[in-house]
Amino acid sequence: MKYELTCINCPMGCRITADYDGKEVTNIQGYTCARGKAYAQTEITDPTRMVTALVGVAGSHVPLSVKTQTPIRKPLIFDALEEIRQTVVNPPVRIGDVVIANVCGSGVNVIATENID
Amino acid sequence: MRKTDILIIGGGPAGLAAAVGAYEAGARDILILDREERLGGILKQCIHNGFGLHTFKEELTGPEYAQRFIEKVLEYKIPYQTETMVIDVSPEKVVTCVSRKNGLERIEAKSVILCMGCRERPRGSLGTPGERCPGIFTAGTAQKFTNLEGLMPGKEVVILGSGDIGLIMARRMTFLGAKVHACVELMPYSSGLKRNIVQCLDDFGIPLLLSHTVVDIHGKEHLTGVTVAEVGADLKPIPGTEKYFPCDTLLLSVGLIPENELSEMAGVKIAPTTSGAEVDEQLQTSVPGIFSAGNVLHVHDLVDFVSEEATKAGANAFRYVQNALPQSGRKVPVKMGFGVGGIVPQFVSENPEDKVSFMFRPRNVYRNAKVIVELGGEQIYAKKSMILAPGEMVNLSIPADKLKGLATADSILVRIEVPEA
Repeated sequence: MKYELTCINCPMGCRITADYDGKEVTNIQGYTCARGKAYAQTEITDPTRMVTALVGVAGSHVPLSVKTQTPIRKPLIFDALEEIRQTVVNPPVRIGDVVIANVCGSGVNVIATENID
Repeated sequence: MRKTDILIIGGGPAGLAAAVGAYEAGARDILILDREERLGGILKQCIHNGFGLHTFKEELTGPEYAQRFIEKVLEYKIPYQTETMVIDVSPEKVVTCVSRKNGLERIEAKSVILCMGCRERPRGSLGTPGERCPGIFTAGTAQKFTNLEGLMPGKEVVILGSGDIGLIMARRMTFLGAKVHACVELMPYSSGLKRNIVQCLDDFGIPLLLSHTVVDIHGKEHLTGVTVAEVGADLKPIPGTEKYFPCDTLLLSVGLIPENELSEMAGVKIAPTTSGAEVDEQLQTSVPGIFSAGNVLHVHDLVDFVSEEATKAGANAFRYVQNALPQSGRKVPVKMGFGVGGIVPQFVSENPEDKVSFMFRPRNVYRNAKVIVELGGEQIYAKKSMILAPGEMVNLSIPADKLKGLATADSILVRIEVPEA
């Protein structure tokens, strides 16, 4: 399958094209530096994203900001968001506290990014 | 009258770093004033990650980045007063503020650091015709609603302008269940980071319409849609290219304006190219003892550079209080040559103590261009870049030994040289 992507490493934003047969990325073209080639490789075979979102706080209308502790696989983003959306925490919460362990089976925890007393 | 050595106006990233910088330089009589309930400024609502890569070598969210500085302020026991609005600053550095707790107060400071940040360009400054209906927000206001208040501005969204806040809000609204129909950008390029274009628009199939703008806004009781048209090289809409987008929410991400009303009251000279104070390499304004740092001085791309700049302003404010900041000597103006916009500082002392850093915004996208600094007709700095773009501020530093010529120079010139076609 043919892939077309924009490199995110610098303002050049190189348009990179490549072929991927499910096993190997071949024919990578359009990159200007090594970072671009490496980006194409991972972005095609195993794209991941950090997810930042909000959870409810019991007894308050003000939400608490959270993030995945490490990037999760891109196809899991919306499942993770749904699980986060249904979560309500009880204060107090400190930065780094685990709010959801192993979010939608990704192996990654969702942690708090602000303090609530 | 209350007195303090160093008074800092604003408790956002710049104010916090200025306080920490002043304390670490030796100051012990510092006061931070902030109009909001909590310290942290705009970072409180920037819940996405990507902050602090330069400073902390890790990617933090806005609240986490702010907390690192807030904890230092608490550790050093630096006094701060929130829900306090500064309404006047005099050239003599008497600061007038109001709060529910203390009413009207006057505080006399030996030095003032201006850290008020910036605000978003509103709809009124765009001259877009159409209805004045509800449903139109600046991207940052919408961000405050979603992230701090738990409220959704709407469900069907069009974004005008492709600045980073607009891009970040495209993703946030998508995450919260809204449909973002398009991000419309007047210029033929986006001023946003490539990473944000890919991860906030491309990831969710949101089209980025370059060289397009909103030409009409529809809706009586509430926004019902916008008309978008393509623009020509003159940035004027091309008749016949109009397209209607039904939507209930229009978010504006069309630029930031430093908030300098207080600076002007204090008699601080404002530079037209940055809309911020004119400063020298010490970040001192045209009024001795008044310093400026962060987005009120010039709009930054990265908070790390705001912190760095404000730390320096804090340390210099303390040196001023100690009468240890060199005040005499001629100030040499910094001239902007081809391709250079919004340079800071605007003046350099004729005999700088240390290396001098310059920051500026390229006026356009330039490929394989050189940034050049000239002093007395001689090149003292040259650096080639594969790409220079308005979205990415250029940050360069010149060692003091290369600046000896300042003693006899009328000006120092920073310019961009593009390769001949």
